[in-house]
Amino acid sequence: MQSGKFYQWIINIIMLVFTFFCIMPFWLLFSASLTDDMEIVRSGYAFFPDKITFSAYEHLMNSSSDIFRAYGITIFATVVGTAVGLALTAMVAYPLSRVEMPFKNTLAFYVFFTMLFHGGLVPTYLLYTNYFDLKNTMLALIIPGLLMNGFFIILMRTFFATSIPTAIIESAYIDGAKEWKIFCGIVLPLSTPVLATVGLFYTILYWNDWFNGLIYITDSQYYSLQNLLNRILLDVQFLQSSTQAGSRSAEIAANIPLASMRMAMAAIGVIPLLIAYPFFQKYFVKGLTIGAVKG
Amino acid sequence: MQAHSETRIQEMKQVSMKKKKISTFAVELKKVRKYRALVLMALPGLLYLLINNYLPMFGIVIAFKDINFAKGIFGSDWVGLKNFEYLFKTTDAYIITRNTLLYNITFILLNTGIAIALAIMLNEIRKRYLSRMYQTLILLPFLISMVIVGYLVLGFLDVENGFMNKILLPMLGLDPISWYSETKYWPWILTIVSVWKGVGNLCIIYLAAIIGIDNEYYEAATIDGANRWQQIRKIMIPLIAPVITIMTLLAIGRIFYSDFGLFYQVPLNTGVLMPVTNTIDTYVYRALINLGDIGMSSAAGLYQAFVGFILVIISNAVVRKYNKDNALF
Repeated sequence: MQSGKFYQWIINIIMLVFTFFCIMPFWLLFSASLTDDMEIVRSGYAFFPDKITFSAYEHLMNSSSDIFRAYGITIFATVVGTAVGLALTAMVAYPLSRVEMPFKNTLAFYVFFTMLFHGGLVPTYLLYTNYFDLKNTMLALIIPGLLMNGFFIILMRTFFATSIPTAIIESAYIDGAKEWKIFCGIVLPLSTPVLATVGLFYTILYWNDWFNGLIYITDSQYYSLQNLLNRILLDVQFLQSSTQAGSRSAEIAANIPLASMRMAMAAIGVIPLLIAYPFFQKYFVKGLTIGAVKG
Repeated sequence: MQAHSETRIQEMKQVSMKKKKISTFAVELKKVRKYRALVLMALPGLLYLLINNYLPMFGIVIAFKDINFAKGIFGSDWVGLKNFEYLFKTTDAYIITRNTLLYNITFILLNTGIAIALAIMLNEIRKRYLSRMYQTLILLPFLISMVIVGYLVLGFLDVENGFMNKILLPMLGLDPISWYSETKYWPWILTIVSVWKGVGNLCIIYLAAIIGIDNEYYEAATIDGANRWQQIRKIMIPLIAPVITIMTLLAIGRIFYSDFGLFYQVPLNTGVLMPVTNTIDTYVYRALINLGDIGMSSAAGLYQAFVGFILVIISNAVVRKYNKDNALF
């Protein structure tokens, strides 16, 4: 049941214009990273550079140190954070999905309330810097605010409660299986869709996270990729907006990569996501729509 | 005599209620022993929430104190509402509240309108592969971090090398614009970026709601002679109205919170632009990290958390009244 041919044309044209609007900035980023620096100075970032060159990427490969360390830190934080976060989430969600769980409703509210109210930036910051000493450590990129999220716990609990037949759990119980064995051997293997969806969201959140780095990390040695990119961007702006050429400006200017290199660095920050996107799109869309549209 | 016996009955009832409460608690406690494996399983995550989410909640007392690290957070002197007095005496309090609210209202209206229009159009497209391609591409901006968005925007607006100043404006015969130092353009820029980044997500949600509509409704309408446009207006939109209402109310519940990345990274933390880019979140961050003013930042943070909490409760109550199944609690 759909509209006529003429409308099909109009709708397709509108959608083409809008999708073009969505991907155009990415195109500019990639084409700028493939443009020669002299050309950028002469005629700016262009969608169609006169000459395509990979020199910015070659420079990055040879310059080593900073960017590779940041890449390594991001990968480490993403892998560890996702694994631990997913495990913790499932370990809270599963008991809460069982009717036998003691204080079930109280604990469910305990989890849920964290979604409604939080102490805010200042107490969290003081807690992690004054009492736990997370400042300038790798843990600062993993622990605060990211490890677990009430929404994902509730999402998983609903899945466990509705999609895993209680009969299976009960019969395993009667056969003498221990809770951990039931959880790891029966429940988790049956829950791959929700594990994939939540795991994917943790992965994207960790890969994209720059906020924890911005507040907890001042030592550039511990910068994640996003923080390194962030620092460069803010330095560029600082130089352009500050009028007096102080020693700080000179110091910053000496360390800033050339325009095409900056774009190349941002490009390699998004390329892994763009490459993986077609493979995880299904789970991503599922995760986005699951909370909003019921049934 | 009768009144006396009635009160006695009531007393007895109260006692039995109390007993019942105690007994359910005792039953639960007994279950802890029997199901200790389940409790132990949940314990690490629950402890994490205690430290990461509940401990900072007690930290809201900071807003009523003059923090002195030598005395410790809980040993510092109480100052009552002084921090709030200072905060609301500045013009900052007005500016950040105004910016946060006005931007959020604009974003909610525009994003919702555009997302619904796109979702309806996507549903109309006959060629499935085209529809799937559009869906894939409009979701791309949602995937990337605000730092990367900052780079993308700089690609267009960079004063020296940007696409606007070097290519588009000269082509139109206009003078280059110093984008990062003129406030008047930023409400537009931030709105465009917000739509660019957020509409895809919302559109996919509405599309899922539209796809979920039973085909029989349309078939019945066709038999009655309704054309496509009438079907969209009279069937599709009323049927997805609950989803629209819920998404909008959820957004209204968060109207006191702004996207920190959008207002900090996209304008590149530029001081000149602050009158139009400073929101409650960026204010709290700058007061804490750049100025080290714990009193002001915690006061602004609590102001946000408190009003935000009330708004969430209200919007949920409205959702509940509208459709119980869709309420958060």
